[in-house]
Amino acid sequence: MRDVAVIGLGMTKWGELWAKPLRSIFVEAALLAIEDAGLDRIDSMVVGCMSSGLFVGQEHLASLLSDYLGRNPIPAARVESACSSGGLALRQGFIEVASGMSDVVLVGGVEKMTDVTGCEATFALGTAADQEYESYHGLTFPGLYAMMAVAHMHRYGTTRDQLSMVAVKNHDNGSKNPLAQFPSKVTVEMVNQSVLVADPLRILDCSPITDGAAAVVLCPLDMAKRMKKPAVRITGSGQATDTISLSSRKDITRLESTHIAAGKALAMAGRKIEDMDLFEVHDCFTIAEIMITEALGLAAPGQGGKAVEDGVTGLRGKHPVNPSGGLKSKGHPVGATGVAQAVEVVKQLRGEAGERQVKGAKRGLTQNMGGTGGSALVHVFEAD
Amino acid sequence: MSGIIGYGAYIPRNRIKVEEIAKVWGADAPSYKKGLLLEEKAVPSPDQDTITMSVEASKNALRRAGIDPREIGAVYIGSESHPYAVKPSGTVLAEAIGATPDVHTADLEFACKAGTEGMFIALSLVQAGAIKYGLAVGADTSQGAPGDALEYSAAAGAAAFIFGREKLVAEALDTFSYTTDTPDFWRREYQYYPQHGGRFTGDPAYFKHVMGAAQGLLAKAKMKPSDFDYVVFHQPNGKFPLRVGEMLGFVRKQIDPGWLVPKLGNTYSGSSPLGLTATLDIAKPGNMILIVSYGSGAGSDGFIFRVTDRIDEVRELAPRTRDLLDRDKVYLEYGTYAKYRRKIRKAE
Repeated sequence: MRDVAVIGLGMTKWGELWAKPLRSIFVEAALLAIEDAGLDRIDSMVVGCMSSGLFVGQEHLASLLSDYLGRNPIPAARVESACSSGGLALRQGFIEVASGMSDVVLVGGVEKMTDVTGCEATFALGTAADQEYESYHGLTFPGLYAMMAVAHMHRYGTTRDQLSMVAVKNHDNGSKNPLAQFPSKVTVEMVNQSVLVADPLRILDCSPITDGAAAVVLCPLDMAKRMKKPAVRITGSGQATDTISLSSRKDITRLESTHIAAGKALAMAGRKIEDMDLFEVHDCFTIAEIMITEALGLAAPGQGGKAVEDGVTGLRGKHPVNPSGGLKSKGHPVGATGVAQAVEVVKQLRGEAGERQVKGAKRGLTQNMGGTGGSALVHVFEAD
Repeated sequence: MSGIIGYGAYIPRNRIKVEEIAKVWGADAPSYKKGLLLEEKAVPSPDQDTITMSVEASKNALRRAGIDPREIGAVYIGSESHPYAVKPSGTVLAEAIGATPDVHTADLEFACKAGTEGMFIALSLVQAGAIKYGLAVGADTSQGAPGDALEYSAAAGAAAFIFGREKLVAEALDTFSYTTDTPDFWRREYQYYPQHGGRFTGDPAYFKHVMGAAQGLLAKAKMKPSDFDYVVFHQPNGKFPLRVGEMLGFVRKQIDPGWLVPKLGNTYSGSSPLGLTATLDIAKPGNMILIVSYGSGAGSDGFIFRVTDRIDEVRELAPRTRDLLDRDKVYLEYGTYAKYRRKIRKAE
């Protein structure tokens, strides 16, 4: 396998982009990544998108996007793994470059979620849950994560305030990110008193519905060393699956797929979790981040709430988690999230993260997951 | 100079509280109260509709105007709840107040801004010299689907304005309209309840158009927010008018007198017009008032008024809007409310 580097980053301001169609949102991010790479060529393209069919009625996405990017007839693929579609696209692009199949691969992620009503968006997102065992019975993702939260609180004594502290931390980080959808700061009290969605989760526990895209350009490390931007290597890639349905899990307070994917990615990189200087993780709900920090081994089982309370996961803490603002503040265009995590980590490793820069960051990890953890993708990045 | 010579309000006595609606739907009342800044809303009685409320408000306007209704040359009702799909509301109103038969009438519809549309047209005809007096009413018994967020705000009320060229209560100094094709809220024929685009009703709809009309009018009149004593915006909920006021640079003491929505709800075509009647009730001669409506679909009308000395003579000739809002309230339970609003299907 060849060593793989990230040489271009592209992301635009996320939000409710009423006036922009999916293709424009994607092309803007892709062009920024190509420009950042300083290249005038891509050999292949992989795009993560969860549900353009349900959100905008468009399938056959890869060819459409390559067309509007002006890159036909390059090979292009659209991959889907629910909310980890972006992470999966990154892994496929990584494999393509590592294997020698292609040299310059554009990895993108995109989702346009606001063309439909809230009910339709909830339905589309709900297709990432088990249709026969969960959605059919009326479960939605806030409902599923609420059950995980209740179980975690019951077993480990995780508190309402600790859930809120995740939102407070991530909005604080997001306030330093000019591309974030909701860069406003919040307080524990604001989160505790925000609109109830699915007890105990309130609106400020939930990531938003977002339009947005992100893109990175990958190439072999040898080639990257001749480019103008500092090369950042992808040294580890891990992927794992789990039951889609929560009811089939042995333990709904544990994210097993994330634990396994992280182990694989770190093993490939020859690193330990303690070697990582920062983490971009899938905080689709505040409880998710608490459980992810436990699955990654940043906190002991049940101690994720305490970790955020103690400031361990803060921007200046021992293990900074979600310096970008995370899904909570930055936004969560589901197919784009996994790629945007890579954009943030590489930006940090290049030392280009501005106010939210984790000082001296050399290694970072991304964790992206689908549904309630039915799929997980973890990548390790290292400054060369 | 043309302007308002008489104004009148009407608000039904019945109220229902946010808690009472939330209780039925298992919703979190504090979230709605805090999120929308709503406490209760006005509900029409079974025999009240847009026409009856328009008559009440117009009679109050006539009391203040002190004119012979036969000299009214135009009668316009703006509403999205005209009782008939085919058959005008305006003819009933014109007949009831004694303005027929030498009068032009029209029913207008433009979601929540139909009331100010009527004001715009009546004022224009008066300014053009085509008629001596023109009556414009904004009235609605608005409908929100049971359980929908709109049910907490959709309310009932009416405001009427008579325009003329003499004995003005408020001079109309300038107007401005801002319109685009923006589908944020609609009801198709044969649909009972309207649909809305959720958060799309915010930034690209309400805020864009209210800002557009307000800024366009201020620029046209070469004025700034601090030149006004009072400002009235369309009030679909408590939050939007406060936020748009802040965005434009107005302060709470300019907004508060016309900010009725927490206790009134959204009276749609009557919303910003009732804010104006409440503001005129407390205004002093020389006060400057800005009003900007909003109607989904979408557009905003803006008016600048300067209050005259005559306000003190006419103020007490008809009920004040705040009195209609605060006095003699009857609180309904959801069941009675559902019956009054014809949400229960009875035997034929």
